[in-house]
Amino acid sequence: MTELPVPEPRQDPADAAYWAAAAQGVLTVPYCSSCQQYSWFPRRHCPVCGGTAVELRPVSGDGVVYSFTINRRPAGAFRDQKAVIIAYVELTEGPRVLTNLVGVDPADVRIGLPVRAVFDSSPHGAGVLRFTRREVARDS
Amino acid sequence: MSQRGSAVIVGAYEHPGRVLPDVSVPTIITEVVHGALADAGLELSQVDAFFYAGVHQGINLTSMADHLGLGPLRYYESTDTGGASYLTHVGHAAMAIAAGLCSVAVVAMGGVPRSQPRSGGAGSAPQSPFEDVYGLSQPSAYALAAQRHMYEFGTTSAQLAMVRVAAAHHAQFNPHALLREPVTVEQVLDSPMISDPLHRLDCCVTTDGGGAVVVVAPEVARSLPRRGVRVLGHGEAIRTPGPGRIDLTTTGAAISGPRAFEQARISVRDIDMVSLYDSFTITVLLSLEDLGFCEKGKAGRFVEEGALMAPHGALPFNTDGGGLCNNHPDRRGGMIRIIEAVRQLRSEAAPEVQVPDCEFALVQGHGHSLGTRSASATLILGREDVR
Repeated sequence: MTELPVPEPRQDPADAAYWAAAAQGVLTVPYCSSCQQYSWFPRRHCPVCGGTAVELRPVSGDGVVYSFTINRRPAGAFRDQKAVIIAYVELTEGPRVLTNLVGVDPADVRIGLPVRAVFDSSPHGAGVLRFTRREVARDS
Repeated sequence: MSQRGSAVIVGAYEHPGRVLPDVSVPTIITEVVHGALADAGLELSQVDAFFYAGVHQGINLTSMADHLGLGPLRYYESTDTGGASYLTHVGHAAMAIAAGLCSVAVVAMGGVPRSQPRSGGAGSAPQSPFEDVYGLSQPSAYALAAQRHMYEFGTTSAQLAMVRVAAAHHAQFNPHALLREPVTVEQVLDSPMISDPLHRLDCCVTTDGGGAVVVVAPEVARSLPRRGVRVLGHGEAIRTPGPGRIDLTTTGAAISGPRAFEQARISVRDIDMVSLYDSFTITVLLSLEDLGFCEKGKAGRFVEEGALMAPHGALPFNTDGGGLCNNHPDRRGGMIRIIEAVRQLRSEAAPEVQVPDCEFALVQGHGHSLGTRSASATLILGREDVR
């Protein structure tokens, strides 16, 4: 499996807490205590009610593939790759997150595939959120 | 129409900061929008119009609307006239309100040139840190929509290919079209995969060039020798994922389309031809559904029997060859779509594709990306003599 390059994300001061958790391998997602729901992407306000009773909560990082594509003509940092899997992952908590799938054969990707969050470290040590296949217990 | 006294400023807010080294532009915009709304006693959810000129900061209107959680927005503008922009915005907001297009407009601005003189430019959008690191190309973004449409509704690659087949059929009659060769479904499916499930021939051309139209008052039009085309209806909508719940199979056309039809006082059954944004084949299927030409999820079946073929298909589309085969200058297709609809309504399309007795045409545009957040605009145009 080819290692996927990790572009350096812009880190805004407003998102410092998100990036600090990400560097530790922890996915945090904004939660509005007024609306009682999670949102994506990190903002200090709730995009639904506009309120600022928003905190970054650690979440499981579990989700399923909502949609995906395999970019066969990647550019920029990915230009040397033959294929990059890009997906929306629907987190168990609700939000749909744009991401890459890693450690998965492109031929095995399908909508509904269970996945879990992993963080790949950028050249400057930022944690870039990606997802990989999640084993699901077959009983129950 | 008169706008005199038709609009009132009810809220205002000046950011208290003067030196803000740790604050981003989107954060400032959020604070001033919230501040002005609080001053007015209005909620974020009541805003239906947004005026923000941020392209010089590397932040387009749609991305800022998404950041704020606005939407659906029915009127918006990012006209940039430097420091005068915001007076212009207020003036235009008053006109839009007088025209009944919106009722609560927010005009906002902000920047950090003192502390962060090099801020702005590409990659400055608030979503960038969470989007730009994944290798998402424009074909990939639309491929995400196509993949989901296939999953939810059973749409096939062969059905998508029929959109290209129709466009290519029309392009052979356009001497200026970049690609004039007819293609088959098999040729589309055999073309290289760009971003699954979109093949090369599911993607529009990239061309240099451009276009323009002139719009005048009816009394001016009456004095001119050329046949005119009436603007009967217009609708627009910025659609964002809200709290990160993107819906990849519905576009803003579901809002802008009905609005345009309502203004035009006609229905989908009256439309003789359509000029649909065709950045990718999936863009056409989503538009057909959202505009009401078929039920949601049924566009694949709608096109597979040749409905889009001019001049005798059920709904002739993009009779110049569209962005898929003719022209897509500056990677923006909207103007060329308008121009072909005007040709049809003047009976000046290529004879092989001229729709007989063409009275009403619909033009659909989509901006930014259906794979992340997008702006939709719908125009309904009528032949000069229609009532």
